[in-house]
Amino acid sequence: MWSRLLALIHKEFLALLKDPKSRTVLIVPPLIQLLVFGYAATFDLKEVRYAVYNEDRGQAGRDLLARFTGSDSFRQVATLQNEAEIAPRVDSREVLVVLHLGPRFSADLLADRSPALQVIIDGRNSNTALIALNYVRNVVNRFNDDWTAAHGLRGPPARLETRSWFNPNLESRWFFIPGIIGMLTLLATMLVTALSVAREREQGTFDQLLVTPLRPAEILVGKTVPGFVIGLLQATVILLVATQWFHVPFAGNLAAFYCGLVLFLASGIGAGLLISALSATQQQGLLGAFLFMVPAIILSGFATPIANMPRAVQLVTLIDPLRYFLIVLRKSFLEGAGFALLWDQFWPMALIGATTLVLAGWLFRHRMY
Amino acid sequence: MNPGAGMRLSGLLKKEFLQILRDPSSIAIAFLMPLFLQLLFGFGVSLDADHVPIALVAEAPGPDSADFFASLEGTHYFAPQAMANMPEAEQALRRGDVKGILRLRANFAREIRQSEGAPIQLIVDGVDANTARIVIGYVEGAWGNWVTLRATRRGQDAHSPVTLQPRTWFNSELRSRNFLVPGLIAIIMTLIGALLTAMVMAREWERGTMEALMVTPASMTEVLLGKLGAYFLLGTGGLLLTVGLAVGLFEVPLRGSFWVLWGCASLFLLAALGMGLTISTLVRSQFVAGQIAILATFIPAFLLSGFIFDVDSMPPVVQAITHLVVARYFVAIVQTLFLAGNVWSVILPNALALALMATFFLGVTWRNARKRLD
Amino acid sequence: MDAEAILRAGGLRKSFVSGGRRVAALDGIDLAVRPGRVTGLIGPDGAGKTTFMRLAAGLLTPDGGRIEALGLDATRQSLAVQAALGYMPQRFGLYEDLSVQENLDLYADLQGVATPLRAERYAELMQMTGLAPFTKRLAGRLSGGMKQKLGLACTLLRRPRLLLLDEPTVGVDPVSRRELWAIVDRLVRDEGMSVLLSTAYLDEAERCAEVILLHEGRVLDVGVPAAMSDRVAGRIWAITQPGRHQRALQADLAGQPGVVDALVQGDHVRVVSATPTLPPAVSALAGVESHPLPPRFEDYFVALLHNDGKSPAALPTAINGITAPSVPDAESEVIRVAGLRRRFGDFWAVDGVEFTIRRGEIFGLLGANGAGKTTTFRMLCGLLPPSAGQIQVAGQDLRHAAATARARLGYMSQKFSLYANLSVAQNLRFFASAYGLTGGQRDERIAWAEAEFELSAFGVQPSGDLPLGFKQRLAMACALMHRPDILFLDEPTSGVDPLARREFWARINSLARQGVTVLVTTHFMEEAEYCDRLAIMAAGRILALDRPAALKAQARRPGLPNPSLEDAFIQLIEGATVAKAA
Repeated sequence: MWSRLLALIHKEFLALLKDPKSRTVLIVPPLIQLLVFGYAATFDLKEVRYAVYNEDRGQAGRDLLARFTGSDSFRQVATLQNEAEIAPRVDSREVLVVLHLGPRFSADLLADRSPALQVIIDGRNSNTALIALNYVRNVVNRFNDDWTAAHGLRGPPARLETRSWFNPNLESRWFFIPGIIGMLTLLATMLVTALSVAREREQGTFDQLLVTPLRPAEILVGKTVPGFVIGLLQATVILLVATQWFHVPFAGNLAAFYCGLVLFLASGIGAGLLISALSATQQQGLLGAFLFMVPAIILSGFATPIANMPRAVQLVTLIDPLRYFLIVLRKSFLEGAGFALLWDQFWPMALIGATTLVLAGWLFRHRMY
Repeated sequence: MNPGAGMRLSGLLKKEFLQILRDPSSIAIAFLMPLFLQLLFGFGVSLDADHVPIALVAEAPGPDSADFFASLEGTHYFAPQAMANMPEAEQALRRGDVKGILRLRANFAREIRQSEGAPIQLIVDGVDANTARIVIGYVEGAWGNWVTLRATRRGQDAHSPVTLQPRTWFNSELRSRNFLVPGLIAIIMTLIGALLTAMVMAREWERGTMEALMVTPASMTEVLLGKLGAYFLLGTGGLLLTVGLAVGLFEVPLRGSFWVLWGCASLFLLAALGMGLTISTLVRSQFVAGQIAILATFIPAFLLSGFIFDVDSMPPVVQAITHLVVARYFVAIVQTLFLAGNVWSVILPNALALALMATFFLGVTWRNARKRLD
Repeated sequence: MDAEAILRAGGLRKSFVSGGRRVAALDGIDLAVRPGRVTGLIGPDGAGKTTFMRLAAGLLTPDGGRIEALGLDATRQSLAVQAALGYMPQRFGLYEDLSVQENLDLYADLQGVATPLRAERYAELMQMTGLAPFTKRLAGRLSGGMKQKLGLACTLLRRPRLLLLDEPTVGVDPVSRRELWAIVDRLVRDEGMSVLLSTAYLDEAERCAEVILLHEGRVLDVGVPAAMSDRVAGRIWAITQPGRHQRALQADLAGQPGVVDALVQGDHVRVVSATPTLPPAVSALAGVESHPLPPRFEDYFVALLHNDGKSPAALPTAINGITAPSVPDAESEVIRVAGLRRRFGDFWAVDGVEFTIRRGEIFGLLGANGAGKTTTFRMLCGLLPPSAGQIQVAGQDLRHAAATARARLGYMSQKFSLYANLSVAQNLRFFASAYGLTGGQRDERIAWAEAEFELSAFGVQPSGDLPLGFKQRLAMACALMHRPDILFLDEPTSGVDPLARREFWARINSLARQGVTVLVTTHFMEEAEYCDRLAIMAAGRILALDRPAALKAQARRPGLPNPSLEDAFIQLIEGATVAKAA
């Protein structure tokens, strides 16, 4: 029995890795994708482009603007001379933010009349707009604090002291890179499994397998092992790149992390094989893979929090294995969670994996075509 | 074109349409998938945090702390939960039950009357940095209101030296759906374009029908035009559906001209279909074509198009790579057309890029689709 | 060369790269096809027939030499050539998801048939092919024979002057084959069309006006088939030895000095001798009876290749290592089928089938395309659950039996389902292990398979790149790895040439003599002759079940004193169709 299984596993690996095109597809893209996506997936803005429309000639106004010039987060690309210049610059996306100081800005400030800094912001991407506005607010707040102190004014009766747990500098890359690990792992399992049974059905080799003494359970094991091995290897490499190259801290328990990974692989492979076992042709397999993968990623909380979704959609996310794995990843990386905190994520993945794998194995013999 | 080309082309087009009609999966890809994805994402994807659960800990409850906490209630931003002590609140934060903790220390009531003012401690869960930042922003807003209100009540002048007067153009309520839904049109159509065409040429090779087509007087250009024409019309149908949903159901304003959108979308469809045809022509095997389509379409379009992540904030190398993503140009066009209007300085360069990509992909396909079997 | 040739090639060469090696498909071909007749391009698998057809249609660029069709250079003027000739590729290029009429419309558009002329041409072609009642049916729902006829109709829309048909009769049942030939003959006779037809079925060569024998990329011989067969006249014998099973006799005769070919045909052995006298090895056998037989084209072909040093039918006998009775063992039933039915939707694909197969018997399942053979076969293997009835294979129902029960059977399907991107050695190793062989036993069987089936030369080549004949050998090797005592063969020789077929059957014979039970589906009549008993199926039922000789005897009619098995088959099928219509 063991030699039968080994032979099956060997065959599955050969079927995947023998074709150089197929081999390249499995090995090269994940690495490139991690690097590219690792840099791409961030909500932190780098060098917000802004223009200044300064009608004021005073020193105080210049001091405030100097705070922007001196900040790493901002890059001034234009100085405007009149109001008509604002619209074209914003429309064409040349600048994201326009800072407008009215003619009496410095005078009002010195007279303690609380002048307004008008900020015009391109709201096409509302998230970028919010973040940029936050940056502006930070600069202005610091200026205000310094001004208050320097001029001996009375400050507000209470002030906010903000601390951020797990990610002190609020680097959104720390949030997204663990997510990318989950996404790429899901992608790998789909590539390995979604077409595998459908291809054998199309080529007639599946019948040949079914008339050998191999049991459906053995065929199932043969088809899952390459997915596990490739998924584990790939996730490990990605983990190393994430911690060593992107310097995302890994605070958690490795054993708990790998336990979560194995359970996630089981559920991803199960879903892939189920899709494949249901399809009579590779075309259907591909379509099925997309129909599973796209919602699985969107609804996993990868980029947009599940908490922001409507109730009904939140219920749908409960059957998305990636949802659970992303929590495992983020808690392992940033919060240093161990088995105790992750148990709630483990059992749903185990349940999804067991259900899909058993169904897929059952379909091997019972799907008519 | 040689004589009879019109008849051949119409014959090929008719054939593609019949095949599409007979194969429910093409119809599903063109119409049901956009519908399903648009609904799912339109409702499911939102960056706007509402009713953020937040723990309130007043170590010595009194009228001052109650006064401050009252400013957090009655808005849709927070779902505040009063907690007795810090350990309980920290436990809730660790479990993910709350996204932040506001803590007023025992001597809050005394310090608030001193000149330095009282510290209010805000602890946020930084794992999701974006949500954390939004929470901080909300708390700062609430705090600012409370300071002003308190000062006014006491007849004091409490304004800060410089006030911020933000004006957001194009999307004044900063609804994230307004930029996500138009972007989705681009993502969904990338997927559909590639799925529709990635396998069609490979399928003709594998089923042996390509050989039969080749010995007819039809040229490869005609065969390709037939495929392109049929799937272009199908794709346009899907596109109209998604645009209709965006405007009708999700109430995203379409400020630019519909006809400009139509024109740009056609260029984009040509490029997306061209990409699928290129994959399909180059590999000739459905298995590998399928794998490439999975890899090369959805995730790059999702992450590198500016749909959700700002392209300008990426490192230069990655920015250079985004230029290879067809969806990138269309995302820029639709976001501008929907929210800002006909801004030619955005539309023209991006439309030009789409036209170039379409020419490139169709050119590669055309060059490689020779009427030879070897 | 012939001045009036409609297709001519000179010094034509073409090679392909396969598994890292350059293989010459055509190695200097000079030939001319004359107009107004059917020319056969005959040769074993891998001889270069398809490559030649594709070159003639301008689909490939030759490495050297030239090829002209209808006075046009097929390479440089390929579009003009394609506009002028008709070509039906092996897989006939139909769109299975379009209806018959829609396929016709598409090809009429592509070939530029003017709209006013269409109605008449359609009617003519539909009448000729007998497809008129089915114009609305999807091409994918047609039987294999009807698909071929539709494919032919599509290439005939524009009345090409030259028609190239690449193995048009592969996978087609005998009735449809006859009809297809009738159409071709009519085209030549009534429309003066020139036809070049490639085939690996040698009985079809006899229908051609002229044949070109192709072997390993070279022209071996050109001539009129009847004249060719006459060259072996007087060397053909029917041999029987009373009290001895024909299979045992065949094994004794094959490979003897002076015996060029020996094959089982019904209840006698057909022998081709090297000289016009009976070889001493044959006449020396006790009580042997011999009758001279008229020569067939196949006899000439085998003799010709035999001179090349190929002797197919002589094989080692201990192929499976089982020693057992050499005749069917009447006592032990191995397969029993009763009341077997299977429904797809509201259509009964198999509608009440009953038979039993005894140990050591070769049992044939014959029928036209769509008669229910494959469905029956799949149910027997446990791949498809029956709607009703019982199946017992070695006393068990394979669908529910323990997995180990399947270790007793070997399975080979018509697609030679092997892992195409795995090498020959990897396929062997995998199937050996899948059947539970381990260690030394496995190595020994792999070594045996590589030697026995001459596969070692292909060790590292992906099995998808093998010539068809070797794919079939590999498939058989994989099916025999574990020394099964029951063999299921589904159209095992579909598309392979006569030499490979002989070799295949020599092995099956030897297995049967060792007690292996063989169930085979086929629509190849010659193959049916090897069977001990045949079940002829139509419309999901068994029409007749008997020994081949008895079936032939039933078909004897006043005008047909010596019917072939094909005649018997066609009579039975036509009788059933008439009965159904009445």
